[in-house]
Amino acid sequence: MLIPGVCAVIAVIVPSVLIHFSVIDAYTAQILTLSGINAIMALSVNIICGITGQLSLGQAGFMAIGAYSTILLTANAHLPLAVSIILAGFVTAFFGFLIGFPTLKLEGDYLAIVTLGFGEIIRVVLVNMKKWTGGPNGKQFPTILTLNPAVAYLVIIGTLALLIILVQNFVRSTYGRAVLAVREDEIAANSTGISVFRYKMLGFVIASFVAGIGGALYAPFIGFVKPEQASFTKSIDYLIFVVFGGMGSTTGSVIAAFVLTYLQEFLRFLQNYRLLIYPVILILVMIFRPQGFLGMKEFSFVNTFDRIASRISHKKTEATEEPNV
Amino acid sequence: MSDEKRLVLQATDVSIVFGGLCAVSEFSCELREGELIGLIGPNGAGKTTLFNMFSGIYTPTSGQISFWDRNDDVHIINKMNPAQLNKLGIARTFQNIRLFGNLSVSDNVRIALHNLRTVAPADVLLRTPRFRRDEKMMTEKAQELLQLFKIDNKRNELAKNLPYGEQRKLEIVRALASNPKLLLLDEPAAGMNPQETEELMNMIGFIRKEFHLTILLIEHDMKLVMGICERIMVLDYGRIIASGKPEEIKSNPQVIKAYLGSEAV
Repeated sequence: MLIPGVCAVIAVIVPSVLIHFSVIDAYTAQILTLSGINAIMALSVNIICGITGQLSLGQAGFMAIGAYSTILLTANAHLPLAVSIILAGFVTAFFGFLIGFPTLKLEGDYLAIVTLGFGEIIRVVLVNMKKWTGGPNGKQFPTILTLNPAVAYLVIIGTLALLIILVQNFVRSTYGRAVLAVREDEIAANSTGISVFRYKMLGFVIASFVAGIGGALYAPFIGFVKPEQASFTKSIDYLIFVVFGGMGSTTGSVIAAFVLTYLQEFLRFLQNYRLLIYPVILILVMIFRPQGFLGMKEFSFVNTFDRIASRISHKKTEATEEPNV
Repeated sequence: MSDEKRLVLQATDVSIVFGGLCAVSEFSCELREGELIGLIGPNGAGKTTLFNMFSGIYTPTSGQISFWDRNDDVHIINKMNPAQLNKLGIARTFQNIRLFGNLSVSDNVRIALHNLRTVAPADVLLRTPRFRRDEKMMTEKAQELLQLFKIDNKRNELAKNLPYGEQRKLEIVRALASNPKLLLLDEPAAGMNPQETEELMNMIGFIRKEFHLTILLIEHDMKLVMGICERIMVLDYGRIIASGKPEEIKSNPQVIKAYLGSEAV
């Protein structure tokens, strides 16, 4: 618990200081912070698709709800930004709850289709409610997060770290195990005393909350949000992070979000051809490692260290034993 | 003496119809505390359908099923769902093993213990001492159960990586973890060799003594059924055609005709 905690604090604070003193340039800082938001979205998709085992294609819709809620709460209700970001998470979770009620009784493809439709509904609503949302032109929302890259990094990566810890705590508990049981086998879970609907709902609401927080941080960070944020293609982008990193692996999804976001920037010299590279990589992953890079496993500093240490000591004992044989 | 034993489950005139097919018709039975009852019948006779009604997966079209819970309160369970029934005290295994394959052996058992949870979500998110105590209690309980059935050395392996026989065993352990009063075993010996079946027979006897529960067992292995069950019900085309002690069933001409085949005489 101590080592990951220290690593998280270092990963949040050190780059933020470096950004402040311009050791890391503003462009890289922007990419890193954007990766952080994408990682929060990957976290959300992983909760619903990887851990709860329900395919949702509407996470961007929830993200947009979070983004617009923050703007409305800050600009119209005059709440402090931090308060409205947290509230936006809860607003989105509430929407998740409402959508979950009729849809979570559905299974597999049906849920995917309903969530797909949901994202589009959100987009169309945002386009048409001009008075509140600014319509298709979107809404400006410059804040301290837009203007100061060091603060933006600190807040967004800090939130990401906090969310990862909370989600991992949740997964490694009776609640999390019940959700995993639902993913593994609904009938068996039900016969073991687990209310399938309730735990699917729990997973869905938590995923909505996390997506809401992602959106709530995106709007003040970019300083601008438009209805396209809720579109289907965005949902697919976030799903790809999870497929790439490994469905069911929190660390895998987060790492994939960082790698793929950076890759998109890194490949800019190829101009529009970079749009070809990305799918090719995906196809290769699907052929050679269909379970994603980490599969269902989690990356852990402590375990990796232990494994290396045990391998070294193992070699030593082998070396001492050999002469006896 | 046996007549004075308390009822655990009583079914009266239970029928279920799928489309035009009457899978079980006017089935009645009484299960009493501590009994070990076998349910046999040819393929498609409606045995598993009956199990699915007793465990809440199907709702009977007509008839009534009553269940006496751990406090001896009676419940009409026709319309209850499997999770509710599990809480009342009915646990089951499945004909085609249904484990949580990608989770560890220990987690499979701990999931079944989740009704013992005392912590609130906040404890979980903040890892409070209460959460740790809860977790420790469940892990120990799971460990005890696994030890009892000698698979505790595999507690960290994924359930799907266990050999077939041990998967069956784990499924039974998982069912026992929810502390049932009635255990439904759906073909526990399916796919086992004679030696494994022998072990399973001993194990079922052991479970019955150790956990003081009523067991209803579907099985095709006659040696096993005849060897351990004190009462057997025979189902054919959704109806009970015979019921009684193993010796009576063995010599019942109707059973021989329907189930063992007429050449077996």
